Amino acid sequence: MEINILIGGAAGQGMDTVMNLLGKALVREGYGLIYTKDYMSRVRGGHNFSMLRIAAATPWTVVESTDILVALNEETYQLHQEKLTPSGRVIYDPDLFSLPDDESRGLPIELEKLAVEAGGKVMANTVAVGALLVLIGMEGREVERLLKESFAHKDGVAEKNIDALKAGMLAASKQCSACFTLPPLKEKKERLFIDGNQVLGMSALASGCRFLSAYPMTPSTGVMNYLAAKTKTHPVVVEQAEDEIAAINMALGASYAGIRAMTCTSGGGFSLMVEGLSLAGMTETPLVVIVAMRPGPATGLPTRTEQGDLEFAIHGGHGEFPRAVLSATSQEDAFYRLNKAFELADRFQTPVIFLSDQNYADTHRSVEPFNFDRLKYNRNLAEEAEFDKPYKRYRLTDSGVSPRIIPGRYKGETVLVDSDEHDENGNIIEDGETRKLMVDKRMRKLEALSNEMDEPDLYGDAQPKILLIGWGSNYGVLREAVDALLAVGKKIAMLHFSDLWPLPCRRLNELLPNVASAYCIENNASGQLASLIKRETGIEITGSILKYDGRPFLPGEIIAEVGKNDAS
Amino acid sequence: MMQANDYMINEPAWCPGCGNFFIREALAEALSELDIDPANLLICSGIGQAAKIPHYIRANGFNGLHGRAISPALGAGVANKNLKIIVESGDGDSYGEGGNHFIHNVRRNPDIAHFVHNNQVYGLTKGQASPTSDQGMKTGVQVNGVILPALNPLAMALVLGAGFIARCFSGEKEHLKETMKAAINFSGYALIDILQPCVSFNKVNTYGWYKKRVYFPEISNPGDWNSAMELSRQWGDKIPLGIFYQKPRPTFGSHIPVLEGEPLVFRTFNPAAHSGLQEEFL
Ligand SMILES: Cc1ncc(C[n+]2csc(CCOP(=O)(O)OP(=O)(O)O)c2C)c(N)n1
Ligand code: SF4
Ligand SMILES: [Mg+2]
Repeated sequence: MEINILIGGAAGQGMDTVMNLLGKALVREGYGLIYTKDYMSRVRGGHNFSMLRIAAATPWTVVESTDILVALNEETYQLHQEKLTPSGRVIYDPDLFSLPDDESRGLPIELEKLAVEAGGKVMANTVAVGALLVLIGMEGREVERLLKESFAHKDGVAEKNIDALKAGMLAASKQCSACFTLPPLKEKKERLFIDGNQVLGMSALASGCRFLSAYPMTPSTGVMNYLAAKTKTHPVVVEQAEDEIAAINMALGASYAGIRAMTCTSGGGFSLMVEGLSLAGMTETPLVVIVAMRPGPATGLPTRTEQGDLEFAIHGGHGEFPRAVLSATSQEDAFYRLNKAFELADRFQTPVIFLSDQNYADTHRSVEPFNFDRLKYNRNLAEEAEFDKPYKRYRLTDSGVSPRIIPGRYKGETVLVDSDEHDENGNIIEDGETRKLMVDKRMRKLEALSNEMDEPDLYGDAQPKILLIGWGSNYGVLREAVDALLAVGKKIAMLHFSDLWPLPCRRLNELLPNVASAYCIENNASGQLASLIKRETGIEITGSILKYDGRPFLPGEIIAEVGKNDAS
Repeated sequence: MMQANDYMINEPAWCPGCGNFFIREALAEALSELDIDPANLLICSGIGQAAKIPHYIRANGFNGLHGRAISPALGAGVANKNLKIIVESGDGDSYGEGGNHFIHNVRRNPDIAHFVHNNQVYGLTKGQASPTSDQGMKTGVQVNGVILPALNPLAMALVLGAGFIARCFSGEKEHLKETMKAAINFSGYALIDILQPCVSFNKVNTYGWYKKRVYFPEISNPGDWNSAMELSRQWGDKIPLGIFYQKPRPTFGSHIPVLEGEPLVFRTFNPAAHSGLQEEFL
């Protein structure tokens, strides 16, 4: 038993307010939720919509069909009525438009009129929440509490909103009550209602990141917003750089001077950063770069999703240097994995790229509280007894990692880093012998770094015939697809990568020879993970399910594709 | 106290007679007279002949990318406000490739002294025009002579709100040293545009050319913006030297409350103490 809600309208009509209010109330009552956003790159007008799926356990994805359509304008009805189930309902404002005569599912609520009566047109969204509550058979107390919390410092605003909420409830209850049934709850668990970017911001802060320098770029900006809000209460500095080149170089300066630092961007900004990335490799300066992917090339589709920058993340930057590439698969995992990115950067003194995408970044889900005790903070800095004097920043070692100290920490010791090829001291050199020693030193770090990469997550049948291979934010949709196919008796499993570079190959090599068919599922046009697997293992994955229209996969699309080829 | 000579390390790879040598000496003397501990000094540079300076002065050094000298300096200052930070680079690096960072860091006003070795040419890449090359100068690339009007870094910095701007000449070492000391002690962004003969590639703006033109005007009120602008714009037969403008304004760091107290880098941290961050999402 589930309920799916879709709300749509023009940008600026406040769909977010409705979903956040209703979503948070539902999560507090103990329901499992996912809430996704589909929005245009404009501030007013156009067509935006959000989807909310309510279940007992937290769903991994939204689904194609919808039970309740909240149409804030006529276009929303026209665009989405096909998805509405036969027993579904459409909430709309009859003063704004009317539904076709043969549409029996309409539930007219005078959203604006009731809002004006309660004190202002802006509260039309609150009226809509009231109507939704009645439809799903939920009481108003949690929403009322939320309204009081969020308007605590504004005189009378909470009360007016509560009036609007009640007006919506009353209007809806005259027409229908509990038309839909919420799923039964076994136990009421405490859960967070949080989106992907907020998870990353929180993880960065709790990982000891003290400096974020970035230039706004959708869909990464949420990370910047999260940390900026925290600068009022926590020792973290956020600087909006003049461009992405400055952003990465500022972060490198901060990291060199000894604090954990990070930058975040999307593909276009990362293009501007790659010289700086190469500098991080050469100077052996720890750095975390979050790249929230969106469709390219160039400006592409600014508010949409894609996984088109995997190859770019692995290869971006001139010259050869070690790096790690990790990715966000789900909120549950990304919280700890970004901490791992900071740990790897410090331990191997090299850049770590953390790939996210719009699908991950903008999606809210209900998740169990995180365990902050699992976060690590090992700076891998040398104590006074652990380095030879005078200090040499690039001392040659077996591991390739040199003892690192912070400038200004030890009397008489200085730290010199250089983007030119250098000797152990950091001074410019040009001779071939030192050059080779330094390249080998840096590249030696890859060996131990490879051992830190997590093997891909295996889920489903233990001896699968069909294997779905994915990475990043497709984790959820693959889970749903696998569950559905397992339920109809398929011997199917998914193999899902979070850590991507250096590519962990053990499980691939074990599993692939034994499966009848394997598919790489990717949000890109060229199958970048498949190419990477082929390069690293020699194994060709023949099946490929690719989507690059800027929208995330829905489970049905994958199930249908697999069904076409694996009818058995 | 360290002597000037103690600050000078390694053998510079500059051409004999290059104006950079005097700039290095002046810096070493300034540091010695200010008694600055090399462990608490950070010199950030970009790429170019001038930008090699971190290799020739005893200090912490961040010899970064071409044009990107100020950005790491800003980040380092956030991490550790106790570091004395000097950015030292060429005219091409500071005003050309790094022009955007120049503009916005003047606005930010971090506590950084910025010394630009302005030889009006790209030295390291063998003599192309720089943003400060005079019109008409012929190079291997500007074969018909430079057609763009020269960029005026001091006037530009003034317009952007700089609190300290000065012009020096590497042939006037004593004056340069004193000006460097003032810039290092200044709270906020302090720019010194240092005229520096490049004996190999700039055959126009030679020692003799500068010597004939430079003079020390009487500057009675260094807080007078209009006179500073007038001095900044003098170029040609007469080129004034001196601190044209000096008037502190709130620094970048002073706007950031969390930077008060101990430098960020020396504060302890425990991730487990942060689980309260989740509460807003409950
Ligand atoms: C991204 C990049 N572009 C170009 C270069 C080549 N390059 C190195 S130094 C330089 C110009 C240096 O001029 P300036 O900053 O005036 O320094 P000078 O050598 O005159 O002291 C150029 C173009 C480079 N190193 N990096
Ligand atoms: S090329 Fe010019 S600036 Fe460079 S070292 Fe030689 S004289 Fe000095
Ligand atoms: Mg130059």
